[in-house]
Amino acid sequence: MSEGPEKPAFEARLQAAEDAARPARREPGRSEAGSARRAIELAMRLGVEMVAAMVIAVGIGWGLDKLLHTTPWLMILMVPVGLAAGLRNLMRAGATDDRAPRERR
Amino acid sequence: MAGPSIDALGQFTLTPGLGPVGRALGFTNSNEAMLASALIIIGLFAAGLSARALVPGRLQSLVEMLYEFVHNMCVDTIGEEGRRFFPLVFTIFSFILLGNLLGLFPYFFAFTSHIAVTLALALFVFLFSTGVGFYTHGLGFLRFFVPAGVPGWLLPLLIPIEIISYLSRPVSLSVRLFANMTAGHVMWEVFAGFMLMLTAGLGVLGAIAAIIPLGLNVALAALELLVAGLQAYVFAILTCLYLHDAVHMH
Repeated sequence: MSEGPEKPAFEARLQAAEDAARPARREPGRSEAGSARRAIELAMRLGVEMVAAMVIAVGIGWGLDKLLHTTPWLMILMVPVGLAAGLRNLMRAGATDDRAPRERR
Repeated sequence: MAGPSIDALGQFTLTPGLGPVGRALGFTNSNEAMLASALIIIGLFAAGLSARALVPGRLQSLVEMLYEFVHNMCVDTIGEEGRRFFPLVFTIFSFILLGNLLGLFPYFFAFTSHIAVTLALALFVFLFSTGVGFYTHGLGFLRFFVPAGVPGWLLPLLIPIEIISYLSRPVSLSVRLFANMTAGHVMWEVFAGFMLMLTAGLGVLGAIAAIIPLGLNVALAALELLVAGLQAYVFAILTCLYLHDAVHMH
């Protein structure tokens, strides 16, 4: 490998190219279109998130009841747990808003 | 009452596709639509990228925009490691997008309106992201279920909640896509059937009144186009989000 006079210039160009290839970590500029898209995305998600956790929790409770012959106590016990898990889903879905710089448009 | 009736769910029945061969193999109209969407996306890319122009034409622009859109989504949501998962996310996104869009055309079958299909996709994403989590962090991935900064006596309560919240992911992912697609197609069918019933029941007056549901169906078509794109986007971005959790654990 020859160390010609053009080496520093080449290094600089290589650095520039690598910087360009790396995704720009722009601060979330919160463009109008981006926030609208985000709002629609959330509206589509939130209702189902809540129900899904409930379905899973009650399903687990029902299945354990069948296995352990404790109908219907575990299922009843799982209802508040499912509710809490649903709220946890909602919190997580909302929290991503200001955490990750997701939109860069 | 005789005459036309509304059969809203008949459109989702599976029928054998591809003639006698399909009947023997159990190849249905749903599979036909899947095959069509896969072939279209491959064909689109093959045709769009064959020119390799520096200044892209229409088709090449479309293909490049699609690529960059998903690429940005991956890198922005997952982070630098997102590039590794780009092929997966892109495949899922384009498959669902084409499936949703093809389903909007008359005589085409919307395979995303079957929960068997969406649940299979969602379970794959769920198992894959869980696998990535264990592959990246080993058993340390189990700490994902232990929320940070809470007193120890709350943990027996919080860990089941976290686990159920995690297990509900494939359910919400599949039900959302399936429900949106099914609801849209059912509404179309109901309004269209209502038009036929109006004309059959009220004659000329009914035919004039049928303009209202026709207009609603036209408006609904625009909404369904939005939903088709949006649901593919939501599915893909949630895939990214789950992979982000698996890679970064927070």
